[in-house]
Amino acid sequence: MLAYLLKRLGLAVLVALTVSIIAYMLLYLSGDPALAIAGEGARQADIDLIRKTYGFDRPIIVQYGDWLLKLVKGDLGTSMYFKTDVAPLIFSKLSTTLLLALYALAFALLISVPLGVLAAIYKNSWIDRACLAVAVVGQAMPNFFFALILIMLFSISWRMLPVSGSDTWQHFVMPAITLGYYAAPAFMRLIRAGMIEVLSADYIRTARAKGLPTHTVIFKHALRNAIVPVVALAAVQLGFLLGGSIVIETIFALDGLGYLAYQSITFKDYPVTQIIVLLLSVIYILLTLASDLANAWLDPRIRVA
Amino acid sequence: MNQHSPLAASNFLSRMIRVVLASGCLALGLATTQPSFANKANDTLGMAYDQAPENIDPYFNNVRIGVIIAANVWDTLVYRDPLTNEYKGQLAKSWKQIDPRTLEFDLREGIKFHNGEDFDADSVVFTLNYVSDPANKATTQANVRWIEKVEKIDQFKVRIISKEPFPAAIDYLSTTLAIHPAKYYKEVGPAGMNAKPVGSGPYKIIEYLPGKSVTLERNANYFKDSPKAAGKIGKVKIRFIPDRQTQMAEVMSGGEDLIMHVPKDQAEKLKSLPHLQVLSGNTMRIVFLQMNTREGTPAPELQDIRVRKAIAHAIDREAILKNIVGGGEMINTICTPSQVGCSSDGAPIYKYDPALSKKLLAEAGFANGLSIDIMAYRERQQTEAMINYLQAVGIKAKLGFMQYAAMRDLARANKTSLTHQTWGSNLVNDVSASTPVYFGGGSDDVSRDPEVIALLNKGDNTIDPDERKKIYNKALVMISEKAYALPLWSLPVYYVANKDLNFKPYHDELVRFWEMTWK
Repeated sequence: MLAYLLKRLGLAVLVALTVSIIAYMLLYLSGDPALAIAGEGARQADIDLIRKTYGFDRPIIVQYGDWLLKLVKGDLGTSMYFKTDVAPLIFSKLSTTLLLALYALAFALLISVPLGVLAAIYKNSWIDRACLAVAVVGQAMPNFFFALILIMLFSISWRMLPVSGSDTWQHFVMPAITLGYYAAPAFMRLIRAGMIEVLSADYIRTARAKGLPTHTVIFKHALRNAIVPVVALAAVQLGFLLGGSIVIETIFALDGLGYLAYQSITFKDYPVTQIIVLLLSVIYILLTLASDLANAWLDPRIRVA
Repeated sequence: MNQHSPLAASNFLSRMIRVVLASGCLALGLATTQPSFANKANDTLGMAYDQAPENIDPYFNNVRIGVIIAANVWDTLVYRDPLTNEYKGQLAKSWKQIDPRTLEFDLREGIKFHNGEDFDADSVVFTLNYVSDPANKATTQANVRWIEKVEKIDQFKVRIISKEPFPAAIDYLSTTLAIHPAKYYKEVGPAGMNAKPVGSGPYKIIEYLPGKSVTLERNANYFKDSPKAAGKIGKVKIRFIPDRQTQMAEVMSGGEDLIMHVPKDQAEKLKSLPHLQVLSGNTMRIVFLQMNTREGTPAPELQDIRVRKAIAHAIDREAILKNIVGGGEMINTICTPSQVGCSSDGAPIYKYDPALSKKLLAEAGFANGLSIDIMAYRERQQTEAMINYLQAVGIKAKLGFMQYAAMRDLARANKTSLTHQTWGSNLVNDVSASTPVYFGGGSDDVSRDPEVIALLNKGDNTIDPDERKKIYNKALVMISEKAYALPLWSLPVYYVANKDLNFKPYHDELVRFWEMTWK
């Protein structure tokens, strides 16, 4: 187990490093950062000064190395746009994004568990197909489009929810639904498959034979067993939801990490963009790692493979 | 195969449906208790804008909303009337030119900043000396670099000395050079000014959440002699909403009262809503098609004046202006018509004439047409319309659409052929802030005509207004005659506002909260 753990940890660090290198290089392809900082009215002399001040005149590999070295020492750098330290800036936005991801995850589970269970019980019937259709729509519809439909209905037609912002829990309803709906189909399929397998197991037949009510058999005996792999998937999906909220946060003007990422990309605020990319990838890697380890712990065959 | 009785299953299904419906109703019921909106009932004007300023201190941001906030929260020495372009004393009572480089200002007495600090010569001297010192790294260098130093004569008299004779000084002092409270600014600097902004204007900032919102409140003690009026609306909350569709949804749902920079076609759709009004106004931003004739240009064809004129005659500017731009006005020289020194007397007008265009191309040896790149960074529909017109005379223009910074990078590296440029002059109503940027020999100049450069330099430093106008006119006409760039139009701006709001757009794109009232 220890060897497996070390191997997986080493791999995780390498992946994080690779992501940061790629992100660093990609940012530089999108234009000169000094020009972006200087703005429309700047003269060449101003731009040269900025380039020198920020160290953009050095080879990119040196800049990357310098950044990495500081990072290891705990210095996350300074935002070129907001002129404040990156660490507090990012952490001030983290709670909004985390809250959104958790709400979205809760929503995804709220719809995928009943749909998955229904689809399994009525396997291959029209109910199964209907549940599948709901799931497919969730995955197929672009989330910005779905977001606009929700805004049209709930804010403009019925005036029930505020369009954008992050001040109250109402502000989170539409973003959580939009984001969660996209994540739901994966859960639903897993629950459906799990339930079908469990429902055909011997102990379920025994439970039924004892004369237990249907809901007790389904929820107490079957679902409990079918839901185990969902927990592992939820960990991975949470990482996806954290990183996947850039579009959603931008549409709903939620003042979170995704919105900050959008702003920092727009303003070529490299230090911020870089840390967000790294942070999100590290979270994703850690959650994936946790889910892998949990699986390995549960199933010894994986450790050998 | 189902392994249980159909009866039990249908019970289960109906139970599930009931649970889902009940929780859905609960969620909707709770959701109807929404938070209070900005609106007339709360005496709070809600405005949404797409970009957040990096710093509220007017010298340390270069976004439009920063300029709007600055005009409402801070005062300048002079105020430019947006209708007559006349200069009126604001923090200054009067001023006079001492010599070509020196302006002397008599200041008003009894004005207080929002924190209670008194306004006097020290406020002017410290603010302007601080921001014009390059070591303090003001973002808006173009606005302050002309200042050599500012001197205190007595408590209410100052002198501003420019590095060279600078006729446009009054205009800069009337728009972009806000005055800070000296004691406070000395103590906290730009970072502190951003954290807790203090000005002397008709509105004061009571809450600022960086990247999220700024809330302004009426300054009840605003001095009555100001050419800006005291505010009437109690509070103004500006929220930063990056997505335009969301902004539109906000005004449609009554969540916000005012948005700006709405695309023409979408603004027109919003017109049909009974609670909204759509207003449009001309702006100072001009649009032109720049042609790279520099040594080593990627399109040497452009060095032939016939090709440049062929391009100019190929494009139906009137049709694009009417159908796509929708507002704004045609320009025939590269400057904003309201700017001091801008004129088009004697400049050629390039009429839409595809036959002439083809003839000119044939004369230049391109009877079978030619291929060229065209770069753009905004107003893409306009670029695409121009590409279609060029195609019709045999010029195949390939579009490169990119970020502003990337396009400027290419232009400066001499890698652009045609560029669809726009320029807003940083609000300065003087030709020195527009034409010389693209034709004065600087890094954005892709024609580098020594004659034009010399004329523009002379104009920039000539104090006599009539003489100056003549020199600029000569340069402007020369640029148009040689077709270094095709002047296109000025851009309109569309605002969508709640009908409850009395609101008037101006060509300087400044949103004047202090003038607004509820109906």
